[in-house]
Amino acid sequence: MSQDVENIQMSYPLFRSDEYKENLANKREAYEEGHPKEKVDEIFQWTTTEEYQKLNFEREALTVNPAKACQPLGAVLCSLGFEKTLPYVHGSQGCVAYFRSYFNRHFKEPISCVSDSMTEDAAVFGGQKNMMAGLENAKALYKPDMIAVSTTCMAEVIGDDLNAFINNSKKEGFIEQDFPTPYAHTPSFVGSHTTGWDNMFEGIARYFTLNHMEGKEVGSNGKINFVPGFETYLGNFRVISRMMKEMDVDFSLLSDPSEVLDTPADGEFRMYSGGTTQAEVKDAPNAITTILLQPWQLEKTKKLVQDTWHQKAPKLNIPMGLEWTDEFLMEISKLTGKPIPKSLETERGRFVDMITDSHAWLHGKKFALYGDADFVLGMTKFLLEMGIEVTDVLVNHANKRWKKACEEVLKASPYGQAATVHIGCDLWHFRSLMFTNKPDFMIGNSYAKFIQRDTLHKGKEFEVPLIRIGFPIFDRHHLHRMTTLGYEGGMYILTTLVNAVLEKLDDDTRGMGTTDYNYDLIR
Amino acid sequence: MALRQCAIYGKGGIGKSTTTQNLVAAMAEAGKKIMIVGCDPKADSTRLILHAKAQNSIMQMASDAGSVEDLELEDVLKVGYRDIKCVESGGPEPGVGCAGRGVITAINFLEEEGAYTDDLDFVFYDVLGDVVCGGFAMPIRENKAQEIYIVCSGEMMAMYAANNIAKGIVKYANSGSVRLAGLICNSRQCAREDELIMELAKQMGTTMIHFVPRDNVVQRAEIRRMTVIEYEPQAKQADEYRTLAQKIINNKNFIIPTPITMDELEDLLMEFGVMEEVDESIVGQTAAAVA
Repeated sequence: MSQDVENIQMSYPLFRSDEYKENLANKREAYEEGHPKEKVDEIFQWTTTEEYQKLNFEREALTVNPAKACQPLGAVLCSLGFEKTLPYVHGSQGCVAYFRSYFNRHFKEPISCVSDSMTEDAAVFGGQKNMMAGLENAKALYKPDMIAVSTTCMAEVIGDDLNAFINNSKKEGFIEQDFPTPYAHTPSFVGSHTTGWDNMFEGIARYFTLNHMEGKEVGSNGKINFVPGFETYLGNFRVISRMMKEMDVDFSLLSDPSEVLDTPADGEFRMYSGGTTQAEVKDAPNAITTILLQPWQLEKTKKLVQDTWHQKAPKLNIPMGLEWTDEFLMEISKLTGKPIPKSLETERGRFVDMITDSHAWLHGKKFALYGDADFVLGMTKFLLEMGIEVTDVLVNHANKRWKKACEEVLKASPYGQAATVHIGCDLWHFRSLMFTNKPDFMIGNSYAKFIQRDTLHKGKEFEVPLIRIGFPIFDRHHLHRMTTLGYEGGMYILTTLVNAVLEKLDDDTRGMGTTDYNYDLIR
Repeated sequence: MALRQCAIYGKGGIGKSTTTQNLVAAMAEAGKKIMIVGCDPKADSTRLILHAKAQNSIMQMASDAGSVEDLELEDVLKVGYRDIKCVESGGPEPGVGCAGRGVITAINFLEEEGAYTDDLDFVFYDVLGDVVCGGFAMPIRENKAQEIYIVCSGEMMAMYAANNIAKGIVKYANSGSVRLAGLICNSRQCAREDELIMELAKQMGTTMIHFVPRDNVVQRAEIRRMTVIEYEPQAKQADEYRTLAQKIINNKNFIIPTPITMDELEDLLMEFGVMEEVDESIVGQTAAAVA
């Protein structure tokens, strides 16, 4: 056909050539047996109506693009945050290929993670043999200091018992008795990726501390522990570290994958890099307290922190936006007795200055958003702080208590009065809302680009542009290196939002001689 | 006293649920605080305590509500005779789905919702027949039941099942703290039944904790959806269950079982006359050929 070896073209613009246009039209005509274009258009228009939305929200049996991922994905991310730790998934191979590719599409990094590749015989006889051989091989080949075991659906449905299997593997000498092998049951059909993160963290913390609490004393090491939860913005690990250093607060980030997910291209492959050390985990019960950065997704961790470590785990929101970052820093100051330094006050001042510079463009704009529970709650708070009107908030995996908490945040602001909070909903619900409520922008992950396309298809005036903040982001580069927490994170989000608004305005006003009276150099 | 968690296993139809409920009623009468967790899709582990046909099970309610996350503990936990707490895991209709996973889901739910309260003395898991898959071993995983009682009788298949269950226990006992705590003989009035089960128990490294004789009062009580303890407290059979209850309360004999081989089991059965010596020359011969 018309590919030229000297000028290889991608499908776009290649398929726009006459030859391909004709070919595709023939194919449609002769083989596809599709409905006529008028019918397709009619149905499309129908899916954008209030009537369709009502039917859509009555949907019981089907989920279309759920806006969440499965438990072991979270378990793998959690494991990657520990020093020389190999995430090991007990179960089927394909699942693990998915975790690896999902993360490397987002982080643009190789992801080291193994499976013990259960097949039909393992489904019948149980996966103990796979566990024994798997642990032995993984340790010999990849030389980790810790193997963190989670599970896929297959192992969970047949009821494999990780504790027994791992102990038997040790007893029979496949790996040494004292080799660290924390584990967590992470059935994919329960909860979401955030549940899996929580389960795995609890598993790791339990392994190193549950039977070693003797001599541990809350506050004796003078540190603050931070548990990030399912966090994919690498800047967030860095900003927490920086703020604590500036405050002169000694701390432990419990699970920190910011090195292994951001290794330099200097000719050396690093299977492991950075991460929380085992010593830090063992020492964690000695800290003043443990702060859960994403408390809504860390229920099991909270229980362990309170019941086993006997730490209070203060009730804080995700440190996102101005007020909640203030609260976060003041709480740390209160806990440690260290004052908030000038440098952070200055940073806060700069952020406030930025808000005042941009608020004229953001004030009264309408936004809808979806994503993980804590992120969405923090982002909702942020939007309200900017005077942005929130129309719809959607989280698939959140519970009723979260919904109530989110509604309270909305109710407390004049900009949240018109908002509706949806839980247990998916992106097909969200699509309906974008047509009927017509916000100016939506915030979400890459998957919403198809919603943007659909809204544009209805007409330019119906288009809802997507602002990419969340996980996963597959179709833009390096955004995972940014920061969403603290004042620094506020600056990034603000910059992103206001420039999206200005881009849109430019887009609307560059009609030569029609709209360009407002195509201004200065905004 | 620390919470003791016990699981009752045994061949299907042997009388696990009846024995468990009578035993638990006797324990409750002795002042113990108890919860029964039925781990059987049939959901008949609590009917004598609740005087109900069958309790609404966790799985059934979850499927009505949409998911387990939509349930509250009070929806599924019922209180019956002498404040015995009752829960049924339930499971799918016969022939579909995965009952084992249902047991896992149900027990996880109970843990997360805080059903295992500090005031409990005992939790009893009444588990379906043989341990056919990992799901039915859920009650004996780490941090769950640590004492296993096997209900059996002097019939060959009941003993065969008991031995198989012991094999299952060994798998978990080697890596954890689950132990075989004894055999409960639920009499079928076979000849020398008590001696036979005592011998089996000895070979497996455990004891026959009690011999429960057969008595029609159990059936009469059952028709009224009651335990004997409640229906006719003066009955001799009620005293049998009270004795069993005391023996379990005072039991300290927890061991890793030594299951016996099929040959050993057959030898044992022949010794007690349950099975006759096999004449190898007639194996595979039809009636016509033998004639």
